[in-house]
Amino acid sequence: MYARVMERITDVAIAGVLWGFRIAVVLLVVVGSALTLGGGRHSAESWLSLIVSGAVLGSIYALIALGYTMVYGILRLINFAHGEIFMAGTFGGYFVATALSGIGFLNLNPITSIISVVLMMAGAIVVSVTLALLVERIAYRPLRNAPRLVPLISAIGASFFLQYTFRGFFGPGIYAYPTVGILDAQVPLGIEGFRVKWIDVLVIVSAVVMMAGLFLFVQRTKLGTSIRAVSEDKATAALMGIDVNRAIVMTFAIGAAMAGAAGVLYGLIFRQVYFFTGFVPGIKAFTAAVLGGIGNIPGAMLGGIFLGQVEGVGPTLFLSGLGVPSPNQLRDVIAFTMLVLVLIFRPSGILGERVAQRA
Amino acid sequence: MDDTRIRFGDVPWGAVIRVGLIGAAVAIFLCLVGIVPVFHTRPLIKDVISLGQTSVVLALLATGLVTARTADMRGTLSVLPGAVAGAIAGAGLTALVILGEVINVRAVFLNASPLLYGILTFGSGIAGSWIAIVIGAVLGAAGSVGARLPTSSRRPLTTFVLTLLMGGLFAGILRTAMLSTPLAGLGRLLFAPLGLTIVGAIVAVIAFVGASELFHYTRVRDRVNGMAPAQQRLVTWPLLAIAAFAVLMLPHALGPFVAQVIALVALYVLMGLGLNITLGLAGLLDLGFVAFFAVGAYTVALLTGTSEFGIADWPFWAAIPFAVLFAMVFGAILGLPILGIRGDYLAIATLGFGEIIRILAGSDLLSPWLGGPHGILNVPKPIAVQPTHFLAGPNQIYYIAIACAVLIAFVAWRLRGSRIGRAWLSIREDEDVAEALGVNLVQTKILAYVLGAGFAGLGGGIFASLVGSIFSSSIQLFVSINVVAIVVVGGMGSIPGAVLGALFLIGVPELFREFSEYRFLFYGAALILMMLYRPEGLMPTRFAAREVHLESQELGADTVVAAPTEST
Repeated sequence: MYARVMERITDVAIAGVLWGFRIAVVLLVVVGSALTLGGGRHSAESWLSLIVSGAVLGSIYALIALGYTMVYGILRLINFAHGEIFMAGTFGGYFVATALSGIGFLNLNPITSIISVVLMMAGAIVVSVTLALLVERIAYRPLRNAPRLVPLISAIGASFFLQYTFRGFFGPGIYAYPTVGILDAQVPLGIEGFRVKWIDVLVIVSAVVMMAGLFLFVQRTKLGTSIRAVSEDKATAALMGIDVNRAIVMTFAIGAAMAGAAGVLYGLIFRQVYFFTGFVPGIKAFTAAVLGGIGNIPGAMLGGIFLGQVEGVGPTLFLSGLGVPSPNQLRDVIAFTMLVLVLIFRPSGILGERVAQRA
Repeated sequence: MDDTRIRFGDVPWGAVIRVGLIGAAVAIFLCLVGIVPVFHTRPLIKDVISLGQTSVVLALLATGLVTARTADMRGTLSVLPGAVAGAIAGAGLTALVILGEVINVRAVFLNASPLLYGILTFGSGIAGSWIAIVIGAVLGAAGSVGARLPTSSRRPLTTFVLTLLMGGLFAGILRTAMLSTPLAGLGRLLFAPLGLTIVGAIVAVIAFVGASELFHYTRVRDRVNGMAPAQQRLVTWPLLAIAAFAVLMLPHALGPFVAQVIALVALYVLMGLGLNITLGLAGLLDLGFVAFFAVGAYTVALLTGTSEFGIADWPFWAAIPFAVLFAMVFGAILGLPILGIRGDYLAIATLGFGEIIRILAGSDLLSPWLGGPHGILNVPKPIAVQPTHFLAGPNQIYYIAIACAVLIAFVAWRLRGSRIGRAWLSIREDEDVAEALGVNLVQTKILAYVLGAGFAGLGGGIFASLVGSIFSSSIQLFVSINVVAIVVVGGMGSIPGAVLGALFLIGVPELFREFSEYRFLFYGAALILMMLYRPEGLMPTRFAAREVHLESQELGADTVVAAPTEST
């Protein structure tokens, strides 16, 4: 009897808190947006700029999220170190760029600039993939059959180890990314007050191209099929003659390559890199992966773009109308609240299947 | 074995070269990440060897040891593989020096400085780069000899190395402690301000190796176990009393700096014991511990407020129950929705909470109430006394934290055997089975989470009083990571483990502030290594140890275990 009553009370309390949460968020979003839009302090052009910056940020999140989502799909492991793999790519690109700008190649003419960006990406991808494979070999592979908490803690350890390794290598200072002249030029759109740089175009286009390529790779090629098979069921895939280890290593490599490329794009936009660069984008990209439905590649793209928009437009739209001082300080709060909301209300994500998620 | 001579072709050279190359990679890593040059400033034995050199020496020794294990050769020349692997590892350092001469490695790696090359070549420049190979070969050979020795002679050697390391690390502190006693002369003789003196090294090694051989742990334990219960009590109670007395006297014996450090250690012991319930017993990986720590800290700071932000003028003792209460309420509010989601998502959701709280505490939105980055100052100490009083400064915090830690340890100990504690353990092992057996998952998890949150709030409240202020910058992810690392390294669910974990992970780094930037590097490595080699922790509970032990007994080392199918 007592236990039944207690159970009932907990159920009611949970339902109450959840509903309160929903109502509070909806109220905040609706009232905040209405007040902001009613206030009319922001022009249409500034909204457009926010949307573009959200899309740029979202593309980067999406590229990082692919690594999380693929590794989670195949190993059921949150690869905490993935944010650091991304940071390593940013550093890799930085050193290639400084070398190129040292010999005057970087900004010699538009063609060399484009070659330079490609070289930076290549360098970043090499660094990221090497590091990811090392982490997989050392910290994850021996723990593949351990209880789930064990590799998760190992992943957190790997994340910190890499962060402070880079701090040891390159010091705590912030490195300023070299500028690529042509990418900073405006795209001639002819709309007054609305500016788009070529770098924004580059980020969005290259993200879309890479993700489309990845999607085709995973759907059409033999290796892609083997990756999908292993993430469905390792044991059966192995019985069908698939090299499970190879599929897992490929997954890490592909995810790291995407993260490395994203690292260069991030560096070109935000113009800086230091050892902690990967941490926050890493968590957000994971949020994007969960948002889209973890294990789902198109989901990661969708989640990334969506999160980018929420973060780009959200603070101004929801908060500035409520009179919150410096709402942009709170953009990470919005992103993390988003994460918690998704985990609570739709843990399978936007595109995820509604499978039993509790285990 | 009849033929004791080693034949050249018998040696698995591929494996030897691989171990050597890994050793070289580790040695180069130690150099480039800065451990060698930065730790070179701290002598282990004055004028003989520095900590930075020690790190390389240990890496080379380990190379030899691992080689001897991999290439299990017997006979007169059995040190050969170890020496070769060590030489390869040393050659890595030589290559680094030569590379540094040819190109500017420093443009990328800040630590590839002339200082580093000086250390590696003993100041002789590029001409001395070969020295590393010779040293590598010698140490590799020594390591492989070490691996080959019987346990009875390897034990004193291990003690020897550990004594030197510990003595060198703590020499300064011991010296300070001895200078204020009649033993001042002895202190000066044995310890330099940093590191052991040569005399000190010899004395320490003789004393410790001798003592550990005379009173070896297992021998003493067997002897005590063999006694009648009444006699056993005669041995254990005085020992416990001495230990308790030592714990109480610690802050007075070692000076104010160490007192501050051990107060912090005691605080982390307290929080580690709190997380031990959440993570160790119930298996909930909470990476947002700092959120509740913040709630507790700000509650105490606001309620005892002598600053402009204060909302009440209560004494510490009245504020601290509210700190715990608010943290628990907060834990319930955050926990109710998220505890339904599965384990690994919980980690990232709580990480998100921690970040949300951190950003909010420092934001302009809440700064009119919480002071933002400028913080709340003048949080009073619990007991107002003269600066010279027995309880002045961090000492009272130390005693309060110890008292709370003992209380929490008692609560955790009693809970573990109770119905709820067994329910937690069953959830940790397998949620589905636990639910099938009638455990109410959400209720049971909430209870663990809220208890953990309460202890975090207690820790936060005491922290605010210890430091005397609370800033938004104190609310950092690393608080959560510290506590998780303490619990994991110590042993999940183990009470002495939490104490040991806090001593190692908080105490030692605090004492070596000049190396604080490497703290999280060591944490990260410790977490990975613990998971790889000793997932049950340094001081596992008997339950966990037995589990691991049974498993290895039943299955045997070489039995292939079927991969557990995914539960989702």
